[in-house]
Formats: sequence, structure tokens, C-alpha cells
Amino acid sequence: MAIIHVDGKEFTVDGADNLLQACLSLGLDIPYFCWHPALGSVGSCRQCAVKQYRDENDTVGRIVMSCMSPASDGTWISIDDAESKSFRESVIEWLMSNHPHDCPVCEEGGHCHLQDMTVMTGHASRKYRFTKRTHNNQDLGPFIGHEMNRCIACYRCLRYYKDYAGGKDLGVYGSASRVYFGRAEDGVLESEFSGNLTEVCPTGVFTDKTHSERYNRKWDMQFAPSICQGCSVGCNISPGERYGELRRIENRYHGTVNHYFLCDRGRFGYGFVNNADRPRQPMLKRDGQFATISVDDALLNAANLLKTAKGVVGIGSPRASLESNFALRQLVGTGNYFDGHAAAEGVLVKRIAEVLRTGPVPTGSLRGIESADAALVLGEDVMNTAPRVAMALRQVARGKATQMAAEKHIPEWQAIAIADIGQHHKHPIFIATPDATRIDELAKETIRAAPADLARLGYAVANVIDPASPAVAGLDAATAERAQRIAETLLASTKAVIVSGTGAGSESVINAAANVAWALHARGKIVELMLIVPEANSLGTALMAAPSIDEAFKAIESGKADTLVVLENDLYRRATKARVDAVLAKARLIVVDHQMTETAERAELLLSAGSFAEADGTLVSNEGRAQRYFQVYDPAYYKPDTKIRESWNWLHGVRAQQLGASPVWEQLDHATAEVAAVLPVLAGIVHAAPGAKFRITGLKIAREPHSYSGRTAMRANLSVHEPRQPQDADTALAFSMEGHNGVQAGERPAALTPFAWAPGWNSPQSWNKYQDQVGGHSLGGDAGVRLIEPAANAPKVPAYANHVPEAFKARAGEFLVVASQHIFGSEELSAKAAPVQSRIPAAHVALNAADAEALGLADGVLVDVLIDGLTVRLPLQRRAELAIGTVAMPILPGVPFTATGGNAKISGAARA
Amino acid sequence: MTEAVLKLADLVAGHPVTTVYVMSDEERHEIEHCLHHYDDNRAASIDALKIVQKKHGWVPDAAIAKIGELIGIPAADVEGVATFYNLIFRRPVGRNVIKICDSISCYLTGYDEVRNAISAHLRINLGQTTADNRYTLLPICCLGACDHGPVAMINDDTHRDLSVENIPALLEQYK
Amino acid sequence: MTTLAETKPLTANIVAGRAPLNLKEYSAAGGYRAVRKALKEMAPGDVTKIVKEANLRGRGGAGFPTGVKWGLVPSMEKSPGSRYLVCNADEMEPGTFKDRLLMESDPHSLVEAMIVAGYAISATRAYIFLRGEYIEAAKNLNAAIAEANAAGYLGKDILGTGWSMDLHVHTGAGRYICGEETALINSLEGRRANPRAKPPFPAIAGLWGKPTVVNNVESLCNVQHIVNNGSAWFLGLNQGKSKDGGTKLYGVSGRAKKTGLWELPIGTTAREILEVHAGGMKDGLKLKAWLPGGASTDFLMPEHLDLAMDFDTIAKAGSRMGTGLLTVVDDRQNMVSVVRNLEDFFARESCGWCTPCRDGLPWTYKTLVAMERGEGRPGDIEMLEKMTRFLAPGRPFCAHAPGAMEPLQSALKFFRGEFEATIRKQSPKVAA
Ligand SMILES: Cc1cc2nc3c(=O)[nH]c(=O)nc-3n(C[C@H](O)[C@H](O)[C@H](O)COP(=O)(O)O)c2cc1C
Ligand code: SF4
Ligand code: FES
Repeated sequence: MAIIHVDGKEFTVDGADNLLQACLSLGLDIPYFCWHPALGSVGSCRQCAVKQYRDENDTVGRIVMSCMSPASDGTWISIDDAESKSFRESVIEWLMSNHPHDCPVCEEGGHCHLQDMTVMTGHASRKYRFTKRTHNNQDLGPFIGHEMNRCIACYRCLRYYKDYAGGKDLGVYGSASRVYFGRAEDGVLESEFSGNLTEVCPTGVFTDKTHSERYNRKWDMQFAPSICQGCSVGCNISPGERYGELRRIENRYHGTVNHYFLCDRGRFGYGFVNNADRPRQPMLKRDGQFATISVDDALLNAANLLKTAKGVVGIGSPRASLESNFALRQLVGTGNYFDGHAAAEGVLVKRIAEVLRTGPVPTGSLRGIESADAALVLGEDVMNTAPRVAMALRQVARGKATQMAAEKHIPEWQAIAIADIGQHHKHPIFIATPDATRIDELAKETIRAAPADLARLGYAVANVIDPASPAVAGLDAATAERAQRIAETLLASTKAVIVSGTGAGSESVINAAANVAWALHARGKIVELMLIVPEANSLGTALMAAPSIDEAFKAIESGKADTLVVLENDLYRRATKARVDAVLAKARLIVVDHQMTETAERAELLLSAGSFAEADGTLVSNEGRAQRYFQVYDPAYYKPDTKIRESWNWLHGVRAQQLGASPVWEQLDHATAEVAAVLPVLAGIVHAAPGAKFRITGLKIAREPHSYSGRTAMRANLSVHEPRQPQDADTALAFSMEGHNGVQAGERPAALTPFAWAPGWNSPQSWNKYQDQVGGHSLGGDAGVRLIEPAANAPKVPAYANHVPEAFKARAGEFLVVASQHIFGSEELSAKAAPVQSRIPAAHVALNAADAEALGLADGVLVDVLIDGLTVRLPLQRRAELAIGTVAMPILPGVPFTATGGNAKISGAARA
Repeated sequence: MTEAVLKLADLVAGHPVTTVYVMSDEERHEIEHCLHHYDDNRAASIDALKIVQKKHGWVPDAAIAKIGELIGIPAADVEGVATFYNLIFRRPVGRNVIKICDSISCYLTGYDEVRNAISAHLRINLGQTTADNRYTLLPICCLGACDHGPVAMINDDTHRDLSVENIPALLEQYK
Repeated sequence: MTTLAETKPLTANIVAGRAPLNLKEYSAAGGYRAVRKALKEMAPGDVTKIVKEANLRGRGGAGFPTGVKWGLVPSMEKSPGSRYLVCNADEMEPGTFKDRLLMESDPHSLVEAMIVAGYAISATRAYIFLRGEYIEAAKNLNAAIAEANAAGYLGKDILGTGWSMDLHVHTGAGRYICGEETALINSLEGRRANPRAKPPFPAIAGLWGKPTVVNNVESLCNVQHIVNNGSAWFLGLNQGKSKDGGTKLYGVSGRAKKTGLWELPIGTTAREILEVHAGGMKDGLKLKAWLPGGASTDFLMPEHLDLAMDFDTIAKAGSRMGTGLLTVVDDRQNMVSVVRNLEDFFARESCGWCTPCRDGLPWTYKTLVAMERGEGRPGDIEMLEKMTRFLAPGRPFCAHAPGAMEPLQSALKFFRGEFEATIRKQSPKVAA
């Protein structure tokens, strides 16, 4: 803590901050460009100048850059000083001398930090009368537009892309007034986190290309507080809608989860919401063809199907909300509800829920793991299963430089000095996976092995850390030595993070990871355990503790049941085609989904559900954080024939129909409350966000910025009379620009913040106004509730897992199937978005080069993979690092489901 | 007087021209040898660019990635360095590169006349290459021979006390 | 009897037209004595101490005391591991041509200096950051280093002291900003030569994040003589003309009669340098203004010629001694064009890192071009004045842009009429 004096007023600030950060945290405005709360200070733009005085008697002072000056005790500064103001105005004037002033056609306009700062400095008329420099633009792929003339050379793109996110293919070229930021040559930006450039860039150089074709201003969009559906991490997002289409996704600041950054799957994978082939009305199959029916008919038909059923089973979904899963459970009865995970996956996810709930170690959050100084990744290819975790792990590695600099008394925000001192030094990360990963370069050591051997390594590490944990019999000397090394490194940490998950398809791997974390805990170490699960609500559904899909199938196969209700789930992604076909042949099928999946196509009755953009609900992230996502818009407002409802609403309606009563749940809160009441593990979810009754000064919260325009005309194609805006009974948000719209301190809960805006701050930088201190936690607390905390009654000696698996033995002619995931393509919904589709890699079967050599199979040849009686034909890829004796099967569209953990035979395909 | 705002960096850091480039063993060995001089491989990036340029006259596109690979840094970083420095050419130049000092002392002692004389003799402006590919004319900063201005370098040779009269004979020495 | 080495230590070995001394000749002339003396008889701290006592001030332009700079390097106990000595031989300040002579004509002198300086800071490696255009200097330095290596003055376990240091010539690829010491460090690391923020100073975190000392060629070349002859001798070299010690390489360029470079007592007056050593202006020309030490110093006027050329005296007169090499502007020049030439240089050589320099200098330059063409407009002079205020030290990121403002602000001060004439749509040449 330090006392500083700003324009004669005294403030108490965090003395470790720089003056810019400290002043912004106080709510004082100083314009800036090159500084960014996550990137620190470099002092290049010179925009944040203020006057600093030696003491209260100094009247002359000198201009300093506030971002490069410490907020030390007894600092005297003036922001209002006339010379500083004039200097700041000049900085804008210089920057604008080359800027094209093309705001009217620029996609940044309206959420542009450069516009905001220009207004803030008061620079209004141009004196520069000479020619401007011009640049060529590059084609950077399907995600990011590039318009270099708008560049103000703040260097933020580079510092984010290279230094923070570890990208290699963005650079700065040329010098003097002609510096150029881009790739060495045209081409797709390689980083999985390129989308953040659109928010990091303070002007319109890097913009969201997925938005370009159907562009509109930020102030003309309707937003909702939402949660990314792309993986289990639960990043907070701000999806924007116009004319009934999702137009763009922006990062929504969350102090414990994603803070300023998203991955490209999450940001650019929203197109499935807009796809034309979505079911938008309930449909009944007649003569093999779907026919649109009314909502009432749909409810009647559903109730009839259930009434006439010999037995009903319901299959829930790890990508649907808790409320929807619970509504299904209520409809079909608890004993007939199954949680929608594939058989093997269900086991893993439930084990993870158990590990987290019974163990003594807290679950990891993104921000939480960033402060670790050692990490072990066991079995999980995080870049492809939970990309944002990969970025957090990079911050673990980078923490070493910060620490080294701190030893020389260099503060955390001195970004370049830290990098210079850190050079190549990193905090230790061990990456033990079946195949190479995209973050191997961060690793102190990489280990490639089959899942069983990874588990054995993990057990061995735990055993070194705490000999009370089970030992590994028959461990080879090299692995023992390695385990020793890893254990010693983890023990030397001040905070360790253990990352694992379902990715390796092995319960032993999860157990081993848990043992390592628990052993560290037993030794008194601070440790977080981050376990990745497959989907946005995998952990939530696992907490409902229902049997998985296999049991549901058995009920149908055995004839016990003949009617199947499937909630937001494509069964063909969960079991082999033959099996699903056989099950569906024996069952009458009701599907509730927002996508026309292969399963939906087989339905007798298809109920048109809302995607995350048209529905509200609660998800539980892999951190165990229950978070609510809110409906962005009402599709029926633009197209009255649209009959989309939340899945829980459909299912509850069917139940009411069945009971011949009116629905008990009249709004989301009722559903949430009942879930919480019935399932004690989920009791906390009612606190994930304030309920529908919440008001700020008597007002609902506006989903639209207050300058939202065109409302009276946007439906003129239907009727020139503007109807009443849709009413939102479910939430405290309004489908309108009317309502509370501001950032008065503490008033608006983070969970109900649809978009970032503050007076004078239209860009994503306005998130700084929503935080207790810049870059810190949300005012009034970070959104969501953590449902899982270390068990208070956990035994002193943890209940170590002790099923140490046998060492993996490659068997001649047989290969262990492991899954090969890809950030673009492996996730069901984002893979339906056109821009993401253009980034999906070609499917390959992968073998270790030596294995392929032994089989006499050249790279690229077509091979037949025989798994469970199913033959998959794909080109072969020889990989240098894939564990010997395993075959990696791609999880990509068009590749049929094959179970991992089984065995496959591989042969060269007969010439077609 | 310098007509347009001609900048050496502009001239050489323009849009790259693509040609086929294969790194010779000799270049590779020379670059690898440089690595020993430093405690970090990146430091050899400028040496590497100069080695390639010595051999080819300029640095072709393909060499950028190759150098990056060899010293273990991204191509974007190599390009960032290549386009920053005045003496690295990212476009083809003539067989002989004339670098004429346009800094203050030479300016005061007759730079304009000498540059005009060269331009007239070769029929090229700053930044241009003669049609026969024999000369490229570039401006350069103070060459540290100010007491003998105007000064120019042709390839590796520094020529002092230039005058309009001695230009033709001087240029003729370079084939 | 005083030898040349005792009165003109920097240039005693330099004879015009003669090849530089090789190791044998250099040793015969008393070379490498200081290496033996320092390494055998002195602790590293003693070397720093004597240089501090000699009040050797950096000859790179800023005049920072060399011994003090060395003293900032943390002790081996506090910061073990690598540490570096870097010689700034990027000489690119327009109007400066002193380091070139030292390196081309007496390379062993710099090599010896660096061994002594390296010993003082316990350097593990040393680099000469040489500008790429100095082909002959590179050749001669490399030859000298090879000889010094062979003689055991460099490399492992030098003279059996257990101390080891490599010396390597790194040639640059051309950019003025590489002369700024932190930009130089970035360049040496193979990066773009953007300056770094200070603090941390290079002595704490420099090359590869390790303690580093950067010194100018001329500064270093004094060191062995101070070790040999003592600080009192060095202080006496000024012949009472200055508070500072030593000799200084002074020179004159522009339209003077006998332009050239001379080693003289520090504090010699500009008049003596111009009128005695350079023989005055060329016939028919009058001195209009002069830059005391490079493009980034303020113009002084003929009435300033009697000032002693040392750091403090010239600073008091509103300029900087800089590199101490005078550039004289004759009365046939118009100042708008002269300043335009200077600003063209600075705008072109900006590294592009910070806004005032990157975007302010081109604007300045373009305004001057317009004025030179008689296209000045009302407000232009005020705009230029604003630049001089807002590009003053501390406002841009480094000292490059402030350097650019020095000739501009002084030209506006002394020759405002020439600038004003352009706004009356007159060519500046006819004004005065
Ligand atoms: C833009 C700029 C260019 C510089 N160029 C040089 C140079 O070419 N040679 C040099 O020795 N110092 C140059 N300096 C000064 C150096 O930063 C540094 O002060 C000097 O090398 C320190 O050496 P000294 O203490 O021995 O003088 C330059 C400074 C600036 C700001
Ligand atoms: S003043 Fe700024 S742009 Fe200019 S050289 Fe220094 S850091 Fe670079
Ligand atoms: S924000 Fe401080 S200099 Fe850019």
C-alpha cells in the first residue's frame, strides 16, 4: 500500500502498481495505448504522460509516462496539468498523422480504443497537411482481417501474440515511420489464440473477419452475459446479435477464469447458431419426412408417445444445461435418466467428479494456475481439448522471468526488462502425453508413452513425493529416475498445478494425477488440480450421478424400453454407428436439439430447442464453477414463425401435458431452484447469478447499448408497426436498450453484465471499469459459484488411488486406440461454423513412424483400421513422437465413432 | 537536394521479391561458425543475413525462413531484423552498390552536386538500379570521414573528397 | 623527458600513411604494459578506482564518468555468472570521425584497453560493436585480436590470473540508433535495435539480462594510459584548460581550410581548434554557425568560439560538447535547408518504437521541406517549436528524438528570420 497525491487529492493505492494502473484502478482516466493490464508496460506510445513533482513544494515538475513510473509512496502527480494535457493531445495528433481517418468504413468504429482516447484527449482538428504512408494488407486466414493503414504502432499485437500467447508468425518489419505488423508473408495466423488480436489492437488493424460479411456496429448489437460452449473451461463471453443472427463473440472479463482472452474455437465457432439447417419449429416425421407442427401439437404428440410407451429412457447431454438435463430426468423418471456421455467417457468424468469432490486439493482455475511455478501435465493434450488452459500454462512458464526480475527489484509490470532478464528461463513444466503437443516447447521435459505408462509414471511421482501413496511394481530404472526428477521439481515449487483429464481415455491416468496432487498436499505443498472434461457441462451432468449411455442402450436393446428421449445429443458421436442404428431401430425417438444432427434426423418427433444464444441455463465448468448463460435474443421477434424454446422448457411442458396440469416452472429460476433443491451437490447453483426479480434502481438490465439504432425499422418487412419488445420473464435482463446501462460501482453483478461499456470507454478496455482494481476481480465478485471445494473432512492421509496399471506392452499386429483431438473439428458445435470448418485439418490415422515402418506403410498411404468390427479407411500419418504401439484416431467430422482404449488392427488398404 | 523522401530503409525493405534460394554448405558453415561468438544463437541473425547477402548480393525470401530454422528463431523475427537494418537488402541490387553519404558534413561540402553527377552519369535516381544491373545507388548515413566530404562507399571501398569531375573515372573502376 | 605517449596518449602510435603497429611493434612502443600491470598488480576494484580518480568522462557524447559506470556493476558475489564489456564502435553521429581513426590506425590500443576494462568489471566476454561500414577497422581489429589471443592476453586464464575473457568483433548492419547503448544491446542480441527502458540500467541487466558495461572507443582507449601513468598524470593532461582530465580528439568538418582531427588537451577552445588547427574557414566564406559535436547538438554562433570545449562549458552555453567534432556552417548556407538535412537524418533513423519520434520527426522534416520550397504556412514555426518542447528529453522513449531537436531549437533561436521568410513565401536563401 502506498499513498499517492493526484491533482492535490490523496489516494491509497497498491504501491506495486505503476501509476497508470493505480490511477485507472482509482477510476481516474488517463489515456493509453501500449500498456495493457495483461501485458504490462513498455512505454512506447507516450500517451499516458502526466506531470510528476518531487514533493508538494515542487511547482515545476516533469512529464513522465505514468505506465513506466512506480506508484510509490509519496508520489505527487497531476493528470490535469495543462502541459501534460497538451502533450497527450499531441501524441494523438502524431498518431493520427498517418491514420486514414476512415472510421465510417472501419469495423472497429464504435468499439475503438483509438476513438475513445482521441475524444479523451480532446484532439479534434487536423493540422498535418502532408502525405500519409500507406501499406499493403495481408490475407491472414478466415478469422482475422488486416488493415495496416490504421496502425498506430503501439506494438500491442506483437506483445500479445508473441510474448503472451507464444505465437511465432507475427512480426514487426521495417523501421521508423514505416513499421509494419503482420506475417512474414500472407497466410493463416497459426496461433490458436489469434482472435484476441481483435481486442488487443486498439484500432481497426486486426478485426473479426467472421463478422465482416454481416457487419454492424457494437452499439447496434444485442448482447447477453454468456458462457462459451466450446470446451469445459467455461470462459465468459459476450455474444452479439443483430437481426436474429449472432454476429460476433467478444471476451467477457472474468477475474478468475478467462480474464481478457479467449481461444479461437470459442470466439469464432459460433456459426452453428446461424446455420440454416437448424430445426426452428417442432417437427413430426410423416412418411419419413419431417413436417412442421405447432407447439401445442408437439407437446401433445410427445405426451402421447410417452403415454403409449412400453418403457421410456431419457438420454441427457453434457452440452445441455443442468436445468434441461434435470427436466429430462423429471420427465422420464430418475431411474430412466442417463447422462449422455459415451460409455467409457462417462466412467472417466464420474471419476473426475469424485476425485475433485473427495480430495483435499482445490480444483484449478485458469487464473489460479497461472500463478503456479511448476506444472505436470499428465495425459492431456490441452491445446486441443481445453485450449485456454494451454495459454494459462504458458503464463506458468513465463512466471520464471518475472521472478528473476523481482530478485533484481524490477516490478511485475516492466514487461521488456522482465523478458530481457528472463531470456529463455521458464518455470518447469512436464508434459507427459501419448503424442506431441503444441505446447511442448514450454516443457522442461516431455514424456511420450501409452496411457498405462503415463499412469505408472504419475503413480511413481506420487510415491516419491509421499511414500504413503502406492508404489509402482516393476518400474524400469529410467522411469524411476524421471519420477524422482519430476517429484523433486514439484516439491521445490511454491505452488504446483497438476493437469490431466479425460483426454488420454484412461481412468488410471486420472487417478495417477490425483495421487500426485494429493501427495503434494500431504507434504504441505500448495497445489491445484485441473482436470479437463470433454464438454461445457460434462462435470455438471457427472454431478447428477446418472448411469451413462450404455445403460440406456441396454434398456432398449433388452426390450425393457421402446421409447427414447434424447436431449441435445448426437448418439452417433457416442457409440458406433452399428450400435446406434440398432438401438434406434428398436425405439421410438423424441429428440430435443438445436442442431440437425444425425440422431435428430432419425427422430419421430423433433423439438426445436434453443442454443446458448436463445436459451438460459446453468453449466458447471471443469473448475466446478456453476455459471449461468443468458439468452441473447428472441428469434421469434424477427421471424414470428420461429418456435424455439429452451430444452428444459420443452421437456417440462411435455411433462405438464402428460400430467394434464399447467407447468410448475414459469421461469428459469423455478427450474434452477428445483434442481438445487433436489440435488444437494448442485445446491449452490441458485447463486450462480441473480434471479429474474433482480433490479438495479428498479430497472432491468439492458441487453442493448443505449445508442442502439434502427429498432423501429428492423421489422418493417413484416409490419410497419413496431411491436412491443419481447419480454424476458426468465431473467433480470431486458431485450432492449432501455433499462440499466452503466457501470456504477458495485451495482451490476458480473454475472449480469452483457457487454462492456462505460462513459467514454466503448472498447473492450472498458472492462477495466468493471473491476475492483484493473486486471483484478469483478466489482462485487467474480461471476458464478464454485460448487466444489476441498472436502473439509478429507482424511489427513488422502484416500490414494491404488490400482496401478500394468505396464503397456505393444502387441504384434495390434494397436491401442488413442484419441487425437483438434481444436478445430473435434468439438461438435463449433465444427459446424464455416470459418472453423475451413481450419479443420484433413483426417489421418497416425502411427509412430517405427510402427508404420514395421508394417511397411509409407506416409500418406490409405490404411484400414479395424476396430470392434468396424473398418475405418483413412490416410496414414507417421508421427515421430506418438507412443509406440498406439494408433491415434482423429475425432473429426466425417470420421465414424471409434471407442478409445480398445485395440485395432491396421493394414494397407486394398487399392480402390 | 533530395527530391522525394527517399529512405534507404524504404528502398530495401519494400515488398519482398520471390526467387529460388538454396543455402549453400559454405553459407551454412559460416553461419554455424558465428554461433560460437555468442551466448545465445539469436545474436547470429544479423551475421547470418550478412553472410547470405555476401553470397547473393541481397537476401532472398526463402533465405529468411532458412536462417530462422538454422539458428532456431521464427522466420518473422528474422524478417523483422532483416527489414530493420540499412545494410540488409531485401530486394535485388546491382553488381556494385554505391552508398552516398547524405549527412550534414557531406551535405555542406557538396553532396547534392556529387549525387546529381552520379545520377546523371548512370541515369538512375536514389534507390534505383541501372538497366545493365551494374550499379545501384543508395543514400547512407555519415560514414565517419567527414573531414573528407563528400564521401561515398562503393561496395566495401570508401571514397573521399568526391567531386563532380572525378565521378566518371571513379565509377569506371567498377565493372 | 616526456614522450609523445605521455602527452598525446591516444594518437602517439598513429602516423598518417603508415600501417598500424602489429603486436611486436605495439609492445615495443610500450603496449600491453597496462595489461600486465593491472592483472598482476591490481585488483579489479583498484582499476575501477583509478579510472574514477582520473575523472575520465565518456567520450561517446554524454560525458558520464567511466569509473562510476564500472562501479555500478554488482560484485561477483551478488551477481555471479556472465557479465559483459561492450565497446560502442557504432560511430554514426553525423560529423563524427574519431573512433574510426583509432580503430583503423591503432587497433591494439583498443584491444589492450578492453582487456584492462574487462578485468576491472570481471567481464566474461567482450564485444566490439563495430558499424558494418568500417571494413578496414574490422580487418585491423580482428588481426590485433588474433595476435593478442596468441600472446595470451585474451582467452582462457589470461596471464595465469585465472581470469578468462573472449573478445569478439561484432559488425552491425547499419542504423544510427544502434549507437544508443541499450539499442546496441538489443542489436547485439540479434534483435531490432529498439532502445530499452532504464531502469534497469545495463550495469544491472544488459546483454542477455546480465550486467553489462558499454563504453565508447575513445573513452576506452584512455584506460591503459591511466593505469600506466596514474590519475594525476591524466588530470594534468588538460593543461589547466578544464575541470575534466585527459586529452580529447577534436576535429573540424565542413567548409574549413584544413579539415581534420587532432588530439588536444580537453578544454581547448573552439577557436583554437577551428582557426589554428583547421586554418579557419575556406577563403571567401564566413562562419555562420557551428555544431560542437555532432548532429544532435545545438548550434552555437561565431561569438561562442572562445568557449572551452568540455562537457560543462558547452552545456552552459546551451549546447552539448557531444563527440567534440565541430561541424562548421558557412554563410552560403541557409539554415532551413541545413536543418532540413539534419531532420531528414533523424526521421529516417528513428527506430519506430515511440510515437513522438516515429511520427513527430517525419512531420518536422516535411514541414522543413515545405519551408525550403517557400511553402511555409503561418503556424509552421509554432508547430516546430512545439516539437522542440514535446520531443525534449523524457518525452520520447530515448535520447534520439531529443537529439534531433537540438539543432532545430537552436536554429529557430538564432536564425528565426530565415524560417519566417518562408512563410512570406520567400525562398529562405535570400533572407538572412
Ligand atoms: C541516438 C544515440 C546514438 C548514439 N550513438 C553513439 C555512438 O555511435 N557511439 C557512441 O559511443 N555512443 C553513442 N551514443 C551514446 C551511448 O548511448 C552511450 O552513452 C555511450 O556509448 C557510452 O559510452 P561512454 O560512457 O564511454 O561515452 C548514442 C546515444 C544516442 C541516444
Ligand atoms: S526516441 Fe523513440 S522511436 Fe526514436 S529512436 Fe528513441 S525509442 Fe526509437
Ligand atoms: S501506455 Fe504509457 S507509454 Fe504507452
